[in-house]
Amino acid sequence: MNELAITVIGRDRPGIVADVAEVLARLGANLTDSTMTRLRGHFAMTLICTGPAAAEVEAALASLAAEGQLLATVRAVTPDGDVPPVGEPYVMAVHGSDRMGIVAAMTRVLVDAGGNVTDLSTRLTGALYVVLAEVELPAGVADTLLDRLHRTAAELGVEVTLRPADPDLL
Amino acid sequence: MTGEERGPEVGLGDWTPESLDVPGEVRAVVSAPHPVLSRAADEVDPRAKETVQLAADLIATMKVSPGCVGLAAPQIGVGARVFAVDVTGHPKAVTVHGTFVLCNARVVEATRWKPGREGCMSVPDLTGDVKRASRLVVEGELPGSGEPVRLVTDGFEARALQHEIDHCAGLLFLDRVAGAHAVYQRKVYL
Repeated sequence: MNELAITVIGRDRPGIVADVAEVLARLGANLTDSTMTRLRGHFAMTLICTGPAAAEVEAALASLAAEGQLLATVRAVTPDGDVPPVGEPYVMAVHGSDRMGIVAAMTRVLVDAGGNVTDLSTRLTGALYVVLAEVELPAGVADTLLDRLHRTAAELGVEVTLRPADPDLL
Repeated sequence: MTGEERGPEVGLGDWTPESLDVPGEVRAVVSAPHPVLSRAADEVDPRAKETVQLAADLIATMKVSPGCVGLAAPQIGVGARVFAVDVTGHPKAVTVHGTFVLCNARVVEATRWKPGREGCMSVPDLTGDVKRASRLVVEGELPGSGEPVRLVTDGFEARALQHEIDHCAGLLFLDRVAGAHAVYQRKVYL
């Protein structure tokens, strides 16, 4: 079974998801994990599919791209199974005046503490810049990490919070 | 309300799991997708022998499942409005009623809604952010005696009750997540 990594991005308009999903379904490509979101007027889709050969999907999406302003990429990837968890889930929130290098500096602090970012989104609205990250941290590092995050945030002139996001099993 | 009319008793009275007086059997927990988890369960007769056995089975299955604080009949494949809850010792619990089973339970008051991240034995690989009332009044009947009761609770026990009542209505936490980005892969197994 082929596993494909597909990205589609284009000027947002109603029907992009339906159009792309329809093409994939017609080819027998099974959409597994995906995120699709609007980023400043562009619609961005990142998905993993299983099924047909990459070339076949690429050709089918190219026909769709030709009609509008969609850019699609398709490549075969090797499924390598799940990455074992680093530890406990946390949410990091950063906000403040926009400037160069906020994501770079803050995520570097996370990585240096052994953390692994599993989800991240940023928004710029007016002068306000917002970063939200889901991050897995090794047990026991959160307190010292928070000190380092505060120091880096202070240098950048932004605010940071880090809170546990451990689920309750019901 | 006149003095003659009495609402349901507040609290569990002298009900304990031992009042069921039958040994519970550990049952297999079903996972989504399964049709029994997605349809509204049927009302039960709380005095019926099979309801009492079901209550005992729910408690037995909940007790052997690590970290499990609640289990609804649909989760063991039975489409009946019965569930067990026990949040004793949970760090987020405030009011605690111990181990109990309710039949035909319904929410009568729900206030102070708060977000929280939930997982479910029937959806083992995902968690999600769900708003639940942190002040809750629930009415239902006790298995065995059939006594109508009213439970007033809060915090984590309130969350657990809403999660189990949802199961009895054919709803999973997935039906209530806060948005398209509020479901997460669950990687830490208890």
